[in-house]
Amino acid sequence: MNAELVSELEVPRHRTLRARFVSTLGPLTILAGAAWALLQPSRITLLHPHGQTFWWLVIEPPLLVIAVGLLFQLVVLPGLLADLDAASR
Amino acid sequence: MQPPAEHVHWMFATGFVVLGLCLLAEAIVGTEVWSRRRWRAYLWPGTLFLMGVLMWPVMTFFTNSTIHMLAHGTWAQVLMLAGATELALVRGKISSPWWRLTSAAAFLVSGISLLVHEQNGWFFQRSSFLHHLTGWVLVGAAAIPLGRCLRPRSIALGSAFGLAFVVVAVLLFCDRDLAPVFGHLSPVAGAPHR
Repeated sequence: MNAELVSELEVPRHRTLRARFVSTLGPLTILAGAAWALLQPSRITLLHPHGQTFWWLVIEPPLLVIAVGLLFQLVVLPGLLADLDAASR
Repeated sequence: MQPPAEHVHWMFATGFVVLGLCLLAEAIVGTEVWSRRRWRAYLWPGTLFLMGVLMWPVMTFFTNSTIHMLAHGTWAQVLMLAGATELALVRGKISSPWWRLTSAAAFLVSGISLLVHEQNGWFFQRSSFLHHLTGWVLVGAAAIPLGRCLRPRSIALGSAFGLAFVVVAVLLFCDRDLAPVFGHLSPVAGAPHR
């Protein structure tokens, strides 16, 4: 086996591992929020809005968790993966 | 239009989730890659500083005792100090990793404030339990930024730092103004809200 070729393969594999790890953060956060919403539907007051006050309709904890996951996935992650790719070249 | 205290806890919890995700991502990809875009480098220190600023209205509008006012005021100061220090580190105004001791101080002071300003026992009601638990979590987690002063490039310590914020967020999301904890609710606490 050519040792030079093996060392060349190490960098992309390492990069891919990091990229995979960081790519799971957003979906895991969204999944956690969705699971919470299913387990505790009472925390989503939008499902039963009658008689709820302003803050109970605006602040919905499981939806906030999902929103943070989406924000990370759509705003932070694309650039981060591009930079990770560029840095390893 | 003043939000109930539990909603304020949930809003801060959302901020802590943002901090946790950013810190975990930075630990995974490395500070060099994370800082390639300036806005990203400023994201978590800026959020930390903003949360410190937002603690002042909490201190002003949710002061139901002197000790609450002191605790919230102290949190505002240490969060702003830690955020400002991290911003200065990113900007390059300061460079020594020992400046991260301000984050350790923020954790320690926040933890002690939580423990001191909770006047009831662990099982008085849910918020009492969470104040005790969050306090001890923060006191213990103060060792993480201390470790980051010694080993600033450690992936394990960077990840632990991010996870500490996620744990605090989970505890804050569990908070309710008046609710039982593991079936315990003191008869003098009042009736549960919902």
